[in-house]
Amino acid sequence: MFVDTVIEDKALHKPVFLIGLSVTVLAIFFALNFTNTLFGEFLRPVIGDPTESGFFGRLAVSLVLTIIFVLNLLAISFTRLKVQILIVWVELLLLFLAFAYSFDLKMSFIQSRIPLMISRGLFTTIYISAISIVIATVIAVIGAIAKLSNNGFAYAISSFYTSLFRGLPLLLQLFLIYKGLPQLGFMVDAVPAAITALSLCYGAYMTEIFRAGIQSIPKGQWEASRALGFKFNLILRKIILPQAIPIIIPPTGNQFIAMLKDSSLASVLGVWELMYLARTLGQRDFRHMEMLLTAAMIYWALTIVLEVIQARIEKKYKQKS
Amino acid sequence: MMDTKTNIQNNTEMTPVISLKGVNKWYGDFQALSNIDLEIKLKEKIVICGPSGSGKSTLIRCINRLEAHQEGKIHVSGIELHERMKDIDIVRQDIGMVFQNFNLFPHLTVLENCMAGPNWVRGIEKNEAKERAIAMLEQVKIPEQADKYPDQLSGGQQQRVAIARSLCMQPKVMLFDEPTSALDPEMVSEVLDTMIELANSGMTMICVTHEMGFARQVADRIVFMADGEIVEQNTPEEFFNNPQHDRTKVFLDQILK
Ligand SMILES: Nc1ncnc2c1ncn2[C@@H]1O[C@H](COP(=O)(O)OP(=O)(O)O)[C@@H](O)[C@H]1O
Ligand SMILES: [Mg+2]
Repeated sequence: MFVDTVIEDKALHKPVFLIGLSVTVLAIFFALNFTNTLFGEFLRPVIGDPTESGFFGRLAVSLVLTIIFVLNLLAISFTRLKVQILIVWVELLLLFLAFAYSFDLKMSFIQSRIPLMISRGLFTTIYISAISIVIATVIAVIGAIAKLSNNGFAYAISSFYTSLFRGLPLLLQLFLIYKGLPQLGFMVDAVPAAITALSLCYGAYMTEIFRAGIQSIPKGQWEASRALGFKFNLILRKIILPQAIPIIIPPTGNQFIAMLKDSSLASVLGVWELMYLARTLGQRDFRHMEMLLTAAMIYWALTIVLEVIQARIEKKYKQKS
Repeated sequence: MMDTKTNIQNNTEMTPVISLKGVNKWYGDFQALSNIDLEIKLKEKIVICGPSGSGKSTLIRCINRLEAHQEGKIHVSGIELHERMKDIDIVRQDIGMVFQNFNLFPHLTVLENCMAGPNWVRGIEKNEAKERAIAMLEQVKIPEQADKYPDQLSGGQQQRVAIARSLCMQPKVMLFDEPTSALDPEMVSEVLDTMIELANSGMTMICVTHEMGFARQVADRIVFMADGEIVEQNTPEEFFNNPQHDRTKVFLDQILK
């Protein structure tokens, strides 16, 4: 974003805001009532038995939490931007871990199941997503060119396709392909069916992204190329796409990330990918949270990898132009 | 011997490289060109002027068929331009065009901009295309900018690169559509100087411009357009000193003020 060179006072450093914030936070902590949690235990020397501490105990706990919260904010506000971002990230992560930890997880159970989740689940998830991403990208390039062409057939087919596949829920497409095609005499396995549905659905979204990207290149680029005697394919390949790709990358990265997680829908067809294993591995031992949280962390890690790759590519293209 | 040679030369100089006969063009219901007759001979320099919206751009864009005309005939080097033609790319390779806003390829360096046409279209080897590009950049006096990207250059430099890019295709004719209109005033002259040099080297040129000093110095003929028609055309002296039509007089009054 474009940062102004004039710095305004931080809201946090204005007394009115600070007091308002404190009161609000206090009210929230009071309403949520943390007396019977770890925090109540910590204050036992002050409030006595937390369960019997009543209104005073509840207020004291809320007050202490509020002071910690606001002091934390104030402390962060005095650091540099990069440090602020790091601290807030770490704190949020710790809160999330505390949330996960509060489920009384059995780590040994997770440890015993993780090899299968990774070797089978993660592998299948990546496998399905990667193939779908490649096919969807090819569809998107063809679809976008068709949509921009003067050919009536190409335009009609392409716009019908994007309309249909953006218009149906992905889960429904998945069932239509998996259950519908066999009735017409085409047997499809679950994994190919999932790949087909994901490719077609995301191909439709990405067609629109690619079309918009190509259209955002000024008409003058086409004219200058034509004036030099370039043919259509050459213009597209050498002049238009290289300029459109940096524009296309951020929204396409988003699509890849979304697709990675939508591959979990394949679990309803019984494909042994991450989501399927997360739901089934913990079932017999009633250890659902263990497996669900493990899958969550794996999906998240995968997404972060994609985000980093996307940032790298964006940076590379920024340097070039 | 000498005589026949000059005769042949005269002959080729007499046959028009570009000819428009009875050309009409519409944008929807709006007629942008009416009944245009124009012939341009080899090595001739034509300046087209006229009020904004009079169809100057449309006219020169019809010559390399960036725009389609609906009636009449346009011939370039004897080849007729029409919508079913197979070899428009061949014709376009022989016609250089310089645009008001340069239209350089921003993702390519100056050198790559100049090599693109010869290398990709004419199939000339990279090394040779590079040599040619450097020679042309020297001609427009910016060889030292070869490895920069277009947006690192000033407007005047960009326009000179655009001229060099066209020249690398070794065109027979150069079209200029208000090449100095988008430039800051102090950069106009560097582009005009380049164009004057090009004119002196014998290039056939059609320039849409309001730079009347340039027109006076370089043009063999000035074509004045209004409302999609050619109102009059004449030598610079006649055009400036003895305009025939009222519209021309009004236009000259405004522009020479
Ligand atoms: N693509 C177009 N669609 C519709 N009208 C156009 C288009 N291009 C130009 N015109 C119209 O045609 C007329 C001539 O335009 P142009 O040739 O650009 O004029 P000039 O270059 O002399 O200023 C103008 O009235 C303009 O509005
Ligand atoms: Mg114009």
